[in-house]
Amino acid sequence: MPEKTFEPWNDPTEKPLIEFKGVSKRFGSFTAIDNQTFDIYAKEFFALLGPSGCGKTTMMRMLAGFEAPTEGHILLGGQDMAPIPPNKRQVNMMFQSYALFPHLSVWENIAFGLKRDGKDKATIAARVDAMLKLTRLEKFSQRKPHQISGGQRQRVALARSLAKAPKLLLLDEPLGALDAKLRQETQFELMDIQEKTGTTFVIVTHDQEEAMTVASRVAVMDDGRIVQVDTPDRIYENPNSTYVADFIGDVTILEGRVTPVDGGFDLAFAEDQPAIYAKSSQHLASGQTAYLAIRPEKVSVTPEKPADRRNVIRGKILDIAYLGNLSTYHVALPGGQIIKAQTANTRRLANRPFTWEDEVWLSWTDTAAVLLER
Amino acid sequence: MRRALLIVVPYLWLLALFLVPFVIVLKIALSDYNLSIPPYSPQYDPSSGWQGLRDMFAAFDFENFVFLTEDDLYWKAYLSSLQIALISTLLSLLVGYPIAYAMARAPEQWRPTLMMLVILPFWTSFLIRVYAWKGILSTEGYLNQLLLGLGAIEQPLTILNTDTAVYIGIVYTYLPFMILPIYAALDKMDGSLLEAAEDLGCSRLSAFWLVTVPLSRNGIIAGSFLVFIPAVGEFVIPALLGGSDTLMIGKVLYEEFFNNRDWPVASAVAVILLLILVIPIVLFQRNQQKQRELDG
Repeated sequence: MPEKTFEPWNDPTEKPLIEFKGVSKRFGSFTAIDNQTFDIYAKEFFALLGPSGCGKTTMMRMLAGFEAPTEGHILLGGQDMAPIPPNKRQVNMMFQSYALFPHLSVWENIAFGLKRDGKDKATIAARVDAMLKLTRLEKFSQRKPHQISGGQRQRVALARSLAKAPKLLLLDEPLGALDAKLRQETQFELMDIQEKTGTTFVIVTHDQEEAMTVASRVAVMDDGRIVQVDTPDRIYENPNSTYVADFIGDVTILEGRVTPVDGGFDLAFAEDQPAIYAKSSQHLASGQTAYLAIRPEKVSVTPEKPADRRNVIRGKILDIAYLGNLSTYHVALPGGQIIKAQTANTRRLANRPFTWEDEVWLSWTDTAAVLLER
Repeated sequence: MRRALLIVVPYLWLLALFLVPFVIVLKIALSDYNLSIPPYSPQYDPSSGWQGLRDMFAAFDFENFVFLTEDDLYWKAYLSSLQIALISTLLSLLVGYPIAYAMARAPEQWRPTLMMLVILPFWTSFLIRVYAWKGILSTEGYLNQLLLGLGAIEQPLTILNTDTAVYIGIVYTYLPFMILPIYAALDKMDGSLLEAAEDLGCSRLSAFWLVTVPLSRNGIIAGSFLVFIPAVGEFVIPALLGGSDTLMIGKVLYEEFFNNRDWPVASAVAVILLLILVIPIVLFQRNQQKQRELDG
């Protein structure tokens, strides 16, 4: 029996937990969110990804109830959320600044929401202890927030927002204040906790690596609009626009006119260069302007001209970025365009085959590049 | 060496401006009333040498302090002062907290102006400002004229020369000392804490009691001490605005010194007042210390 994959967005019978229906948000004359319609499913780990000012935080604050949509509706489990104030929503938020109450101990911080619900003492104590255990904070329960480290504070904030077992947990740049190594560890911890509790998570981040690591689906935002919603691998391999291709990971984008040929297109991007071929199911008119996006790791660098590939370009190495596990080469073509190529450093550096100013051949397969209309 | 100097300078300052005057007042308090200039004995004559100093100490006694306990005017004045100071402090808190809260919530560009308005009264002499209240509160004053003109009252209110006028005067004078520390505490507060409280199920009001008030606690304590301590010994306000039956220790002190010219009893009153105020001052210091530890 094949393993069942988690893809509720592909199942037409599945009811979404959250529905955005034509939601717009304007502050004065500024449009923060522009007529957005999309769904989030139960148990998803949904990432809103975009540069600062793209509206992702506004989106989250509308879910929490701190902002009301100017137009449209947000539905939680089929119910319109507009009339429900933040303190009555089954939604909790983990704040970017953590917003831990400095006058309360870790224990009291986690118990805060439970006490507001008027639960009895034994229930509260059991729940708080479970949360402390989940986030491995048992030892620090009696400390005040200023007496623990940044990583521990982050876990207190997470425990506090999970304590009320919300239907939906919102995370606003939850790892922004942590250093790189701790952030990576915490990303896996977040995924683990999300899986254990079965809570739906919506995370807001500007860090594409973070979004790709934790999320089941990523929504890439730009200027108040969601440009693409898809699984991390499809966002990376099949971006629907140059904006998404450029925002996620490293990419070279070549602009040119297309001619249909062999179930794909030839792209003429420079007068002194041969056309580049890419297989594509896009419907593009002959002579139309299009963009070719190619990821650096799909470009091979060789000293000799490879015989078996259709896309072959000669260039000169301009820059080498040595990243330890990888090396990125910036290769300049005679026309001035720069193509990025990446190779894994499987051998020690002493054996590095290329150096600055070397003439090299770049090549890639017919399916390596993505042809984009905009 | 330089560190020692840095420590010695402020201590010399304290010694010269606090300890020496206190010792002089204490000495007078232990002396007896006498028709002379200055009006007390014994007096130390530097030419009498060691023997004179010993004679002086032999003549000291606690007669004046005992006297303070025998006449009930004094302990009544102390108690009444403490009561007036306490009520004034609570009133200042009730008036000052909303002002400080509004200032902290006001748009950023308004805050310097609002702060300026709070500090502005200090640019005029304290005495003139308290005098001005006579013009406002008297039977023919602006307040009564306004209320009569509006038809709110039939007969002018008697406010001047009552305890009410004293409360108004103290609250008015010391309000900035209440507002500024509370404002400082509220201004530092992270606005997302209130959102977090709401997110976790608090109404606006319970978020105020559970988050805003505890976080401004140190400001409230500092402001209360800054109002309470000077209000206990206040003399000008009860003298100008209070009635003949307004009993405050500052007034008693003044009368002993300048009407009765009984310096020893007046000094004893001052020493006791200081001892009473040492307790809140020490508590205030401890609060400040704790605040610094929290911030550090």
